[in-house]
Amino acid sequence: MFSRDLALALPELILAGSALGLLVIGAFSPRSYRAVGWGGVFSLLAAVAAVFLGPQGRAFSGSLVVDGVTFYSQIAVFLACAVAIPLGQSWFARKNITNFEFPILILLAALGMAMMVGAGDLISLYVGVELQSLALYVLAAMYRDDAKASEAGLKYFVLGALSSGLLLYGASLIYGFAGSTRFVDIAAAVQGHAGTGVLFGLVFLICGLAFKVSAAPFHMWTPDVYEGAPTPVVGFFAGAPKIAAMVLFARVLYECFPEATAQWRQILILIALASIAVGAFAGLAQTNLKRLWAYSSIANVGYAVLGLAAGNGEGVKAMLIFMVLYMVDVTGFFACLSSLTRKGKAMESIEDMAGLFKESPAIALAMTAFSLSALGLPPFSGFWAKYYVFKAAIGVQDPIIQGAAIAGLVGSVVAAFYYLRLIKSMWFDAASGSVEAPPRDAVFVAMAAALFSFPVVLLALHFLDPQAQAAAAAFGLK
Amino acid sequence: MTIGLVHYLAVAAVLFTIGVFGIFVNRKNIIVILMSVELILLAVNINLVTFSVYLHNVVGQIFAMFVLTVAAAEAAVGLAILVTFFRNRGDIAVDDVSVMKG
Repeated sequence: MFSRDLALALPELILAGSALGLLVIGAFSPRSYRAVGWGGVFSLLAAVAAVFLGPQGRAFSGSLVVDGVTFYSQIAVFLACAVAIPLGQSWFARKNITNFEFPILILLAALGMAMMVGAGDLISLYVGVELQSLALYVLAAMYRDDAKASEAGLKYFVLGALSSGLLLYGASLIYGFAGSTRFVDIAAAVQGHAGTGVLFGLVFLICGLAFKVSAAPFHMWTPDVYEGAPTPVVGFFAGAPKIAAMVLFARVLYECFPEATAQWRQILILIALASIAVGAFAGLAQTNLKRLWAYSSIANVGYAVLGLAAGNGEGVKAMLIFMVLYMVDVTGFFACLSSLTRKGKAMESIEDMAGLFKESPAIALAMTAFSLSALGLPPFSGFWAKYYVFKAAIGVQDPIIQGAAIAGLVGSVVAAFYYLRLIKSMWFDAASGSVEAPPRDAVFVAMAAALFSFPVVLLALHFLDPQAQAAAAAFGLK
Repeated sequence: MTIGLVHYLAVAAVLFTIGVFGIFVNRKNIIVILMSVELILLAVNINLVTFSVYLHNVVGQIFAMFVLTVAAAEAAVGLAILVTFFRNRGDIAVDDVSVMKG
């Protein structure tokens, strides 16, 4: 029995073991930070292989669930982490920071995210969320000599700790009033009738999770953290941790409270609409690109939450596809942004991008593709992501969520303004010259993501669609 | 009067609220924010242990152990970030934490 549990937890065990092993290697051989980085990449790829080949089931008396959802989201998360390590290391190396801790922190965050997506119990939920968050706080403040980065880390820590507190308070109430911490038992306890105590706990839990996915009205940390944290780290923040938190969100709602759909749907629609509105309108006033994409990510999380609010299999499937397509977009965008410097200074504002097309056409084309994709223009991947979400929302026979979908469309039209302003700046404004040649690894990641965003996505959807369908089926939904 | 479940939950709720207000209302010192976070986590622990006793179920106490451990890790990370912040600024007053706006 126990050996079967270990087999189910193999990806997590690989990550935990290699993180500790690499930490020892890094501590005892001072010049080995590149080797530690590649070790991290290989252990993430090994974990992907373990997810692929591993069995499915429930381990450790239900604390760890390995099913279609775990399979889908763990692969996405691990691949995003494997891209983040070389990208971040070369950026830090350009700043003369050769700390070997960076890949290890990414590995620990990956381990936390793997636990989040596979949580089947409130305790493993909490431990997963905290393991991921603590690694991310440190990553945000990794650029130690930069005042902005340490401020970003501090803000992220304070608000993140508060959100963990809310989440935990909700978990304690659910435990008390449902009588168990295991999701399956909670679902059995609230069957037919969810009491006030449990619903109160659920609201706290949703608030805590909304913080982690940076959905409005719990988004206030996002712009500051995105602006202050190192650019490649922001690219990582915007992708993998959001997938993990959204999947955890879905698991809590669909595994613990499938019968309380009517109650939580109202909250989710409110969160989705608030996020879309904040993302669209507050984004209009931004000139810093990292802040701008923070608001863009708030709006995009709003669409994913709208998919969840549909409350059926199609909604979960839409959310899963949306998050993966969005993750590729932001990874590519921040790879571009991290590669651009002018006279040794990072280019971070919209004015800095003026005339980029004349100076660095490949990067400008890639950034145009990511902006159009985030805007949701066909045939880019962002369009397909939104297509799935709106299809799921319109398909529900409930005028409120159908109205919310229409409001979401209006929000993406408003947001079009800031994406188009960026594109106009890159293509039509006068160039001031002296953009330095971008580093090759960042260009490679950017080009790969841009190609994914347009032609490859059509092929990729053929694989993603049935996988997401199978994942949604794991929740007992069709 | 006997002290029952409701009394324990009320104490926990009051501590939790004080903790949340400590984060938002406090305008002086970041160390106070760290203390407020700790207060929130301990309020949750009171909840968990109380429920564990009243439900005759040991899981709540195990959960409380996890929370204590994580709280220690969180304090360590928080203080470490605070030290880097102090090195860059020479001050840890809450009012000064605002280079970025928007």
